[in-house]
Amino acid sequence: MRRVLPYPLIALALLLSWLVLAGSASLGTILLGGMVTLGGSWALASLAPPRARLRRLAVLPGLLRDVLVEVVRSNNAVARIILDPAGQGRRQSGFVQIPLDMRSPQGLAALACILTATPGTVWVEYDSSEGIMLLHVLDLVDASEWVRIVKEKWERRLMEIFE
Amino acid sequence: MIHAAELPVWAAVIVAVLLLLGAGLALIGSFGLLRLRSFYERVHAPTLGTTLGIGCVLVASMLFFSLLQRRLVLHEILIAVLMVMTTPVTLMLLARAALYRDRVERNGSVPPPPGVRWEGGEER
Repeated sequence: MRRVLPYPLIALALLLSWLVLAGSASLGTILLGGMVTLGGSWALASLAPPRARLRRLAVLPGLLRDVLVEVVRSNNAVARIILDPAGQGRRQSGFVQIPLDMRSPQGLAALACILTATPGTVWVEYDSSEGIMLLHVLDLVDASEWVRIVKEKWERRLMEIFE
Repeated sequence: MIHAAELPVWAAVIVAVLLLLGAGLALIGSFGLLRLRSFYERVHAPTLGTTLGIGCVLVASMLFFSLLQRRLVLHEILIAVLMVMTTPVTLMLLARAALYRDRVERNGSVPPPPGVRWEGGEER
């Protein structure tokens, strides 16, 4: 089983996206999608990515909900900053160094996606030897507040899922 | 299969509002490229279009074509997923290239390379 389908979850996701893309679930689509999925799985296996373990998926729905709320909230905030007629004088933007405890590459990738999907914060770089991530914040008031937000709001739950 | 003119009014209103909202966010994002001051600030602006902006347009598209073709049209979800997973790559490349340049040229107050402790600070 492991030899034919090295990454069953990823293979399932590939097949599902093929079916959604084709917009049908007929036998022909499933067969063709299955062949594409097999090819994709073997190509991925030859790259030998680090294996992810998914634990505690129960926190995932709450996390996705919070991400959605945060995306809407920060879109609104950044749009206001751009349109602010008073000009850009008072606002300060800047870098924040955030020490992360998470080491799982998949968890870090998910954190990068979350932070980039919420406008106003951009993941700039990550130092894997010390685990320090550099974040750029558009409207920076208090750097320690951002360390707390990233660690408690996102990192803790991502670690529950990925580590 | 029905034609666009036969779309119920409630659906047409929702689709139109979502499309305008999405397009508006993309426009504000582009406007931000003009207004914001430094490169690192301008990197934030287009994310309006790539998150909620594209989200609104995709939901409008799903609603419109699902009603028109009388079946569930879901492939927009794939666009959203691919968007969320690929945008960080581009943004990170751009921001790191700028950071590398600023560190080499010692422009402004960018933080030092990894390994050097740094106690925070603001641009400009």
